[in-house]
Amino acid sequence: MSWFSLTPVEIDALKLSLWVSGWAVAVSLPFGILAAWGLARLRFPGKSALDGLIHLPLVLPPVVVGYLLLVLLGNRGILGAWLHKTLGITIAFTWKGAALASAVMAFPLLVRAVRLSIENVDRGLEAAARTLGAGPLRVFFTVTLPLVVPGVIAGAILAFARSLGEFGATITFVSNIQGQTQTLPLALYTLTQIPGGERAAMRLCVIAVALGMAALVASELLARRYAARMES
Amino acid sequence: MLDVCVRRRQGNFTVDATFRSEAACVTALFGRSGAGKTSIINMVAGLVRPDEGHIIVGGRCLFDSKSTIDLPPEKRRVGYVFQEGRLFPHLSVRSNLTYGMRLTPKPERYVEFDQVVNLLGIDHLVDRRPAKLSGGEKQRVAIGRALLTSPSVLLMDEPLASLDFARKAEVLPFIARLAGEFSLPILYVSHSLEEILNLADVMVVLDSGRAVASGTIEELMSRRDLQSLTGYTDCGAVISTVVESHHEAAGLSYLRFQGGVLKVPRLDVSIGSRVRVRIEARNVAIALVSPEQISVQNILPGTVEEITNGNGSLVDVRLDIGCPLLARITPMALSTLDLKPGMRVFAIIKSVAVSHGIL
Repeated sequence: MSWFSLTPVEIDALKLSLWVSGWAVAVSLPFGILAAWGLARLRFPGKSALDGLIHLPLVLPPVVVGYLLLVLLGNRGILGAWLHKTLGITIAFTWKGAALASAVMAFPLLVRAVRLSIENVDRGLEAAARTLGAGPLRVFFTVTLPLVVPGVIAGAILAFARSLGEFGATITFVSNIQGQTQTLPLALYTLTQIPGGERAAMRLCVIAVALGMAALVASELLARRYAARMES
Repeated sequence: MLDVCVRRRQGNFTVDATFRSEAACVTALFGRSGAGKTSIINMVAGLVRPDEGHIIVGGRCLFDSKSTIDLPPEKRRVGYVFQEGRLFPHLSVRSNLTYGMRLTPKPERYVEFDQVVNLLGIDHLVDRRPAKLSGGEKQRVAIGRALLTSPSVLLMDEPLASLDFARKAEVLPFIARLAGEFSLPILYVSHSLEEILNLADVMVVLDSGRAVASGTIEELMSRRDLQSLTGYTDCGAVISTVVESHHEAAGLSYLRFQGGVLKVPRLDVSIGSRVRVRIEARNVAIALVSPEQISVQNILPGTVEEITNGNGSLVDVRLDIGCPLLARITPMALSTLDLKPGMRVFAIIKSVAVSHGIL
């Protein structure tokens, strides 16, 4: 068996990881941009509380976040029971739960990157757009958002990479079920727990490094391309 | 028509300005930096809210604290040209130009894309990005973008301030043509009197937030009490003229104004153009009879209007030669000629500064 032919378990883990991370970023992106915009541009009571709440996953042990999610959204959880009963949606112990756990953990990174670039947008440009006849919503979509694209790309890729590496919250919230919730880090962890799993573990390790590098390179390339477009 | 009356406290600073002007003329807001010019223009644009007052443009009320009307900027239909241009860096020049145009309902558009692009000479730039434009080009695009919204008033906040001398000379003629070409009132903010003398018909003088005087350029420039604000060390009168004819052999151009004709060294402008001249008080002498055999070209009859003692050694005499003219003479000359208001005299104008392009 050659070094790099992957076993079905490993392929499952890789596919699931990409799928879970993709969904995590896709779903959290609009909320992340909205939160970043609110934190950068609005003044409202409880703003620092919201800021703190968003950043909490950054400083809490991931297991705590996973446990809180379980308490909240488990099938007997406060929200989870209701979701299960009325809408028939189960989140805990499914890939959706894994995506949610990843999204929550990666959210602060996404919001930070986007918020920084929104704060850098010249508000004079937005004022100019207003005088040209654009309402606030149109200004956001035609001026603010295009100008923060580099920040959104950076934030999304950072969040994607963070999701690929999510472990603690995921294993606590949705457990470690092969093909359903066993993402790459969980598979790697499992392999290290069984005798003779070193080789497979190393393969997954290489894949994880490659994915991380690819994400960083992609982020850099996209940012450069965008910057070049503004210049031409 | 422009009717503005606004009050706003910002910290220790109070903006309090009232002025009005007629349609299709250039109104200049003049004052030192920090005099509140930009605040006022931002209030007209709806970017800053006055505490009280009203703003009426072309018969349309944009703001009235009494009837709590406060249109948002996007509903005001003002074209705003900012000091730094503020072009959208992520859009091409063409998309910048059409940004506001596309948001203006078709029946309300009176400005055509091609017309503006040709007038401003920016047709070769439309496919570029703003980052690739020079300062003067950026400002021309910014003017075009504001014009293409078919605004009811054009607001210009020091549009030339960020440009060097050559770029100023490049943009200024375009601005000068706008008001006439589109019969559009323009509110022009500047701390440069040269720009204002070139462009404006009406001037509002601001001093620490207050409008201390407003009126035609000719009227205000001959007022001695505004001299410290206008900043010219030598006071003088400004006269609007139209180029009447050129006389190649004599090397002269004749400029017609309300009180007659001024002869100036040959100008390189076409007949019929509007030219503003400035005549400094120290370059005007007074005679009781029309002098003959004299090298001075411009001798105009007039009436003494007012005599004011300057600071000790000199006396300023205000003459009416069909428009105000200032003469600065010695007290000795005053008593010798025994000048009194109402007397018929002759103004001997030794030199005329022509404000065409840039003074």
